[in-house]
Amino acid sequence: MPSINLSINNKQYSFDADPQMPLLWAIRDFAGLKGTKFGCGISQCGACTVHLDGKPIRSCSFPVSAAAGHKITTIEGISANGDHPVQQAWIDMQVPQCGYCQSGQIMSAVALLVNNPKPTDEAINTAMQVNICRCGTYQRIRKAIHRAADIMAAEPKKAFGATIK
Amino acid sequence: MKTAAKIHRRQFLKMTGISGTGLFLGLTYGLEATGKVVKIAKWHGAEGSVSLTPYIFIESSGQITIMNPRPEMGQGTFQALPGIIADELEISLDNVIIRQTSGEKQFDRQVSGGSRSVRGNYVLLRKVGASAREMLKKAASDKWKVPVEECYAEEGKIFHRPTGRNLSYGELAEAASKLDVPKDPPLKDPKDFKIIGKSAHRPDIKMKIAGKAIFGIDVEVPDMVYASVERSPVFGSKIISFDDSAAKKINGVLQVIKAERVVFGKTHYEGVAVIANNYWSALQGRKALKIDWDHQGFDKFNSNDYENKLRELAKSDGLVVFKQGDFDKAISESTSTIESLYETPMVSHSTMEPMNCVAHWKPDGTVEVWVSSQGPTLIKDELSKVFGIPQDNIKVNIMFNGGGFGRRLQSDYASEAAGISKAIGKPVKVIWTREDDTQLGPFRPMTFSAMKGGLDANGKILAFQHKVVSPSLSASRSATYDQSKPDGSMIEGISEQKYEIPNMKNHYVYAEFQIPISAWRSVTSSTLAFAHECFIDELAVKAKKDPLTFRQEMLTKDSDTKKLFTRLREFSNWDKPLPAGWGRGVAQYEFFAGLCGQVVEVSKQPNGSVRIEKVYAVIDLGTVVNPDNVKAQVEGGIVMGIVAATKDGIRFDKGQAIQTNFHNNRMMRINEMPVVEVDIIADGGPTIKGVGEPGLPPLAPALCNAIYACTGKRVRKLPVDLNKI
Ligand code: FES
Ligand code: FES
Repeated sequence: MPSINLSINNKQYSFDADPQMPLLWAIRDFAGLKGTKFGCGISQCGACTVHLDGKPIRSCSFPVSAAAGHKITTIEGISANGDHPVQQAWIDMQVPQCGYCQSGQIMSAVALLVNNPKPTDEAINTAMQVNICRCGTYQRIRKAIHRAADIMAAEPKKAFGATIK
Repeated sequence: MKTAAKIHRRQFLKMTGISGTGLFLGLTYGLEATGKVVKIAKWHGAEGSVSLTPYIFIESSGQITIMNPRPEMGQGTFQALPGIIADELEISLDNVIIRQTSGEKQFDRQVSGGSRSVRGNYVLLRKVGASAREMLKKAASDKWKVPVEECYAEEGKIFHRPTGRNLSYGELAEAASKLDVPKDPPLKDPKDFKIIGKSAHRPDIKMKIAGKAIFGIDVEVPDMVYASVERSPVFGSKIISFDDSAAKKINGVLQVIKAERVVFGKTHYEGVAVIANNYWSALQGRKALKIDWDHQGFDKFNSNDYENKLRELAKSDGLVVFKQGDFDKAISESTSTIESLYETPMVSHSTMEPMNCVAHWKPDGTVEVWVSSQGPTLIKDELSKVFGIPQDNIKVNIMFNGGGFGRRLQSDYASEAAGISKAIGKPVKVIWTREDDTQLGPFRPMTFSAMKGGLDANGKILAFQHKVVSPSLSASRSATYDQSKPDGSMIEGISEQKYEIPNMKNHYVYAEFQIPISAWRSVTSSTLAFAHECFIDELAVKAKKDPLTFRQEMLTKDSDTKKLFTRLREFSNWDKPLPAGWGRGVAQYEFFAGLCGQVVEVSKQPNGSVRIEKVYAVIDLGTVVNPDNVKAQVEGGIVMGIVAATKDGIRFDKGQAIQTNFHNNRMMRINEMPVVEVDIIADGGPTIKGVGEPGLPPLAPALCNAIYACTGKRVRKLPVDLNKI
């Protein structure tokens, strides 16, 4: 099997794998980062959302070979101590229930706020529609994104994970 | 349900596997209700800790560990149950280590289900915390040689009131653990609660926002291999032969074996497992399998024919399950009558974390599993039954559940993994694909309801009938279902609503079914409430009355339901007019889990579709442990209720589920999320009602009643497509 080199959360990983293997399994089973989840395998649920050069992608449907040479950021990489404004807002609003979808939700929300620091409900709907939450935490997600926007507006100078290019 | 626990004398146990100087002390809790005395068998606890009751471990450093006896699946037991103990123990939960129990006998049956975790453990866990607190007080008073009455507990310390001296729990734990356990420890006055009744943050949330919570699917053990199993989506198919030559050529594939999935401990389904050194290879290998199935005629089954059969059966009487007054006479004397047939679909649980299990069958004949499950007790029972091994040979590690909703009350996916590990002699992680998870059930069954009602000259209900036609959960579960008796789980709540209706006669008609079905959040109330409360609405319309007033007029006696409607009327602004093009509907349902009422507001969109704008919910609890979490549970129940009422559901053709993944078994997404407001009635009192499920059943009827108010269209068949009303 060919050797694959990946940069995940600014760390280099190298392993042999099928180039067609989805990035998701490389992240989970080869790099051992379990925060990114498997939910559907067909780009329908968003549980596997990670950032490729700062843009959200569905890692379950993204061949690992295509990720080589790009910067991959996972939930583990957005903050050192779980204190990214989005994460803080998620705690403030007590968003997660089972929590399984929430890494993906947070990765989508972080990417949204990078491009749109003050999103409307409409913009939130558009950006967050890719993520299913079976536990039904949508109302809290919406509130938490508004809250995260406020936190980020209050600390404009700080560079948050997803802005690393 | 256990209501009280009697504390017996402590038992001194020397623990194997615990080194160091620490003492290990345990108590036995005998359950008065059953007269059963359970002993501490084995605890792999922290080194150097002492236990004050099986639930509380204190290290000399002061570190406290509290055991959580009900698996966390999003419903909040990880905070609520340790919180109850911590409140009585006078500690904050902030620095406590919370550990999930693993089916140890001293914790009795450990199952998250039936909305029972808090209400079933509230008294017991308060006593657990209070006993430990009293023992620590006594230890301090002995040390200081002062009367115990002069001592009090606060923030993990015992204080001597007159002198202000204090000792930490860590300093007192060893002495305390040698004391007798008070039989009836004084419980706190609820006005002094610091955790109970407060919207505390859940400790698991910090892990869940950082990707650090470990779910079953995240577990890795040394030398573990991966498996993906091809099972026939036609239930009951047998393997004639299979060709694994292409599968074995896939890089990483190690082995191909037959596997077996046992559902409800009785029905055996065959499969072929591809074992590989990574999951992707296992999946590729599985896709390369060629299996020749003998469907044994099961591939003829389809939902259309079955539903026709249910409609036919609705004309028969079945069993009379409830009688009040004289329904037959009353219906013939009614001024006006109506009859309606309501239909609901099968649905999938679709937990976000697909089924999976890590199992290790060891050379010594013991088996260890790491699994997202609603009940370690259930896993032990199942593995013991399927493999004929003693419970002591089974070790269960319960991980965070990525959703449960009743699906993880079944242990089929764990025994399948254990069987594979046994066959290959290695630890294995079996992960179901979303397609497996969607198509293979068990599913929530459909119920059909034949409703009949009559009004008197004043527009009051004189006669009412709810006849349920459905497969049976009991029949699916057990090999010895007695058709001459009604299955109580299929008639949930239909005879227990508080409406004062003089003449009622309810029926149950059993329909045979071969597809495995199981409890699904709020069980049969999730479908029966729809028929029941929509039909009440039909009668209100016939009587030309306001649907809420109509209901309230049937509640003259004091009841929680009466109180609920009074609150809901005000909370939902029922008497304020809505914007043009909007409509609102109301419903409530009382069942084993509890009681919730809802008002749904919908609007008609320019394109003809209907939009759910707002949901008001009032849940009646008696006592509330974490109000914010209760609200989250009701919000979640509402979302799940909307999905079940308006999305695809599961339909069968050629013996298999048509829906396979989230593209055709659609879930609600954030753009469809209405504003939800939740109010909690918690006025104390001895009864505590459930939280996890009651928020679901009222949604479908309140929604469909709102659709009627908005559009004049009466929905009697779910799912209803809101884009095509
Ligand atoms: S797992 Fe990738 S979108 Fe669902
Ligand atoms: S929190 Fe459970 S799926 Fe979203």
